[in-house]
Amino acid sequence: MTRLKLGIKVKPGHWEVALDKNMKILVVDDFSTMRRIIKNLLRDLGFTNTSEADDGNTALPMLQSGNFDFLVTDWNMPGMTGIELLKHVREDERLKDLPVLMVTAEAKRDQIVAAAQAGVNGYVIKPFTAAVLKEKIEKIFERAG
Amino acid sequence: MTTVELKNPGEDFEKLFTDKAKELMSRLEDNDLAGVVGLIQELQKVRDENLYQEIGRLTRGLHESIKKFKLDSGVNGAASDIDEANDGLAYVVDMTAKAANKTMDKVEDSLPLSQSISEGSDEINQQWQRFLNKELNPHEFRDLCKKITAFLKSTGTNTKKLNQNLNDILLAQDFQDLTGQVIQKVTKMVTDVEARLVNLVSMAGHVDQLTGMQHDEIKVEHEENNIDKGVGPQVNADELEDVASNQDDVDDLLSSLGF
Repeated sequence: MTRLKLGIKVKPGHWEVALDKNMKILVVDDFSTMRRIIKNLLRDLGFTNTSEADDGNTALPMLQSGNFDFLVTDWNMPGMTGIELLKHVREDERLKDLPVLMVTAEAKRDQIVAAAQAGVNGYVIKPFTAAVLKEKIEKIFERAG
Repeated sequence: MTTVELKNPGEDFEKLFTDKAKELMSRLEDNDLAGVVGLIQELQKVRDENLYQEIGRLTRGLHESIKKFKLDSGVNGAASDIDEANDGLAYVVDMTAKAANKTMDKVEDSLPLSQSISEGSDEINQQWQRFLNKELNPHEFRDLCKKITAFLKSTGTNTKKLNQNLNDILLAQDFQDLTGQVIQKVTKMVTDVEARLVNLVSMAGHVDQLTGMQHDEIKVEHEENNIDKGVGPQVNADELEDVASNQDDVDDLLSSLGF
């Protein structure tokens, strides 16, 4: 149940999704410095409605009860990994369409493919730039329309 | 039959056996079966007597190596090498996190200052351009003067603060020296531990050789390649075929698969 706000109809059959700057985002990473960086980048892009979690285990209940519109998650976390979190999200009836962006140091081809097959909407590897993050977020919401 | 004292057991055994084997062959050719049996007994005696010597030596050596290994952290309350290495790495994580947060604090403080200078300057510039085009009336000109006065004052303060922050950011990078030193120490510790392990293995190998013992091949069980487990950042991404080196690699891979 994504809260993608449909915007302007550009031409017949083609919808452009306007990114809702108020959308509720959950940032999940076990390193607080990375969460801080991502939150700051999101804020620079105009997204101020952000929450944090330090592991898949703490993130999942937040997602289940919190009406989030977007999930940004790391892969490598001690309790529940990002890909496990992604799988749980996709299996949950209420969360299965939640847009998910992975931001991670995991760069092996097998992993990238596995994430894509598990239903991730975008994959950013660390270290990354603000421009890349922006581009991937825009791509996710543009495509889902 | 004399006892042959071997000065260099490993090599000397081999040489002795080779020589005796040649003698064996020649006695066989001479049909001297008693001679052959005698030779074999001689060889066995040498082996037995020197075996004990050698095993004794190796066992002492093994014992010393294990003691040096300091695996038991309970020994005199001193921490083992591995404990020290772990502490060192925890220190690195802590220092780098502190430095990162300090730097980010300064940056977050600086951005509004810089923003204020930028906005103020744009606003004044608009009026200034009009002034240069002789479009301003006296009232607007007075207004502009007030704005410029205020702007110069606030910019003076802001730039001082900005410079201070920039210097603080520079200083916050001092962690690299300390963490660098600690990491080098840990690298050395790890290398030492590895060297000692290799030594232990080689000694155990000598014992096997002398006693003629054979061990079953220990199957090294590869940790199941569970793809869900992360492996952490790739240090040599460029050298590895199956690792994406940068975002473009990732994007290419995904689009080639239709994602």
